[in-house]
Amino acid sequence: MKRSRITECNDWFLERFPLTKLWNEHMAHYYAPKNFNFWYFFGSLALLVLVNQILTGIFLTMNYKPDAKLAFDSVEYIMRDVNWGWLIRYMHSTGSSAFFIVVYLHMFRGLLYGSYKHPRELIWIFGMLLFVALMAEAFMGYLLPWGQMSYWGAQVIISLFSAIPVIGDDLSLWLRGDYVVSDATLNRFFAFHVIAVPLALVMLVFLHIVALHEVGSNNPDGIEIKESKDPWGHPVDGIPFHPYYTVKDIVGVAVFMLFFATVIFYMPEMGGYFLEHANFIPADPMKTPEHIAPVWYFTPFYAILRAIPDKFAGVIGMGGAIVVLFLLPWLDRSPVKSIRYRGGIYKKALALFVISFLALGYLGTQPATPTATIFARIFSAIYFGFFLLMPLYTRWEKTKPVPRRLTPVHSLEEQLPALIEEITVLKPAATEIGHTAFKGSSFIRQPNPEGIKNVISRLAKKAKGSLD
Amino acid sequence: MNNKGVDQSKRQFLTSALTVVGAVGTGYLAVPFLAQMQPSAKAMAAGAPVEVDISKMEPGQLIRVAWRGKPVWILNRTPQVLETLATLDPELRDPLSQESIQPESSKNPVRSIKPEIFVAVGLCTHLGCSPTFRPEIAPTDLGDKWKGGFFCPCHGSWFDLAGRVYRGVPAPTNLEIPPYRFITDTQLIIGESAEEASA
Repeated sequence: MKRSRITECNDWFLERFPLTKLWNEHMAHYYAPKNFNFWYFFGSLALLVLVNQILTGIFLTMNYKPDAKLAFDSVEYIMRDVNWGWLIRYMHSTGSSAFFIVVYLHMFRGLLYGSYKHPRELIWIFGMLLFVALMAEAFMGYLLPWGQMSYWGAQVIISLFSAIPVIGDDLSLWLRGDYVVSDATLNRFFAFHVIAVPLALVMLVFLHIVALHEVGSNNPDGIEIKESKDPWGHPVDGIPFHPYYTVKDIVGVAVFMLFFATVIFYMPEMGGYFLEHANFIPADPMKTPEHIAPVWYFTPFYAILRAIPDKFAGVIGMGGAIVVLFLLPWLDRSPVKSIRYRGGIYKKALALFVISFLALGYLGTQPATPTATIFARIFSAIYFGFFLLMPLYTRWEKTKPVPRRLTPVHSLEEQLPALIEEITVLKPAATEIGHTAFKGSSFIRQPNPEGIKNVISRLAKKAKGSLD
Repeated sequence: MNNKGVDQSKRQFLTSALTVVGAVGTGYLAVPFLAQMQPSAKAMAAGAPVEVDISKMEPGQLIRVAWRGKPVWILNRTPQVLETLATLDPELRDPLSQESIQPESSKNPVRSIKPEIFVAVGLCTHLGCSPTFRPEIAPTDLGDKWKGGFFCPCHGSWFDLAGRVYRGVPAPTNLEIPPYRFITDTQLIIGESAEEASA
């Protein structure tokens, strides 16, 4: 048979570029554990949002002017006069909040299943560097619309550096490029936001994934699937990433886009949480807004800063809240990775941590009243307690035996018939009801109080048992 | 190729020497890039003094002027305010302004050249927000202890009407007093100190 021109072109390319090798290594022959659940959507979603930010960002720069005199108006120009400008800007602004939601859930997954533990410490470190770069990216991007919140938020955050002894004042002057936040600051933040930090983000994503594919993915059971292999050397509990997880992730993408589009079209400001009200007023260096708060994704750390009544200590506390996350792989001394086999003490600690993180996030959006400050101090103490006491309580905790192989997952479909059987009872149908029921069925299901009680008490026992 | 007869120590020396020379070169190359982020000559020159006419100020009135891009307040203090200021010392962190920034001519308990005219940079010494002017006594939101002063909405720092910081708030020092002097009784110049002018 004669080879077609397309095949020839194809071969010419493949002889010169290892595309097949790359594809197989990272997709078709990359074996991932077969029991990934809901929590495993967020890595690929983070990648999706990054692509969204880069694409919408490129188009926004075509009309945005990084100049203190023009910036605010150019954003309004994008919103009102540029064709579809409002959509592209809302995709970008909603995307930044979505990025943090996805990343926080992705990090929480790590806490649940011990994804930061040996041998994945480096993946966690790259991930944390990504988180820091993402915060820098978001912070600098927020200055660009040059609204009141942009201006005073940047003023406060840059002033944080001035709290550092000896070099602080010179450092913050160097960062601003002027004695106050000004045109020079705006222009350099634009440069960092569109070139420097995105490049760093993309490089870190690359490192994060290369490191992940070297050691292989963790899973909800916290078992190394590479320890049980079939005669061909493939993990018995693994399935190729493509097509299995590419298809699974597409479902996640579809659901995510549903929520994303809803926000973009119906609530792009999210009641002042995604785009703050004060930012619709042009920056005024003479007047601080009555109440300033950072965007929601920074508020937990901001609440920690405010909780400490000393300038330098506050900055140390805020920075420490992030630094301590880097140390997580070495603070956790438990031999077990997944929360499924860890002792109750870690579960309780994690629950307290999540509560205090959310509470700090809420408090950070509120004015600093004396009561709020006291609560912020309590929750800050819990936040740090979770990490700093970890070497102790993870050593004490009684872990459960970890299975050698992944535990089977019962899908809802499999569980449902038995559950329905238990909570209902079959009764002969009365004539009128029988008339409207399916043809030929003379029985109908009615709730069975006894069965419902059993199911609830069994769930309660299971919940209690898992905490011990 | 084989490594027999290779002088390993010479190779090591050359590698180290090249690393050091390369690092020094990179360091020198970094200087212009880092230095270009410093305030430009134009930004440094923009700090020209500002003249302000205060002849029309009512007692108790506050006006704001921009100097070096920063808000500067000028407040006409009433005799009652000056009386209150003298009673606040125990609640203040630095009542005598030992650790705060002000020109020599304003280093006194009321922190001004003329007691009734108060001039200050309107930026909180904590994280640079501009505090709000709250001259009223004991408003509901600030409580009974409030004797009139400046309240920073960002992180809740308290200052009295001489810009002196209270204890137990995040701001570390009193508000900064810029260099200023009186040209005439009703004309101020901000950005030039009385000491410089007399020198």
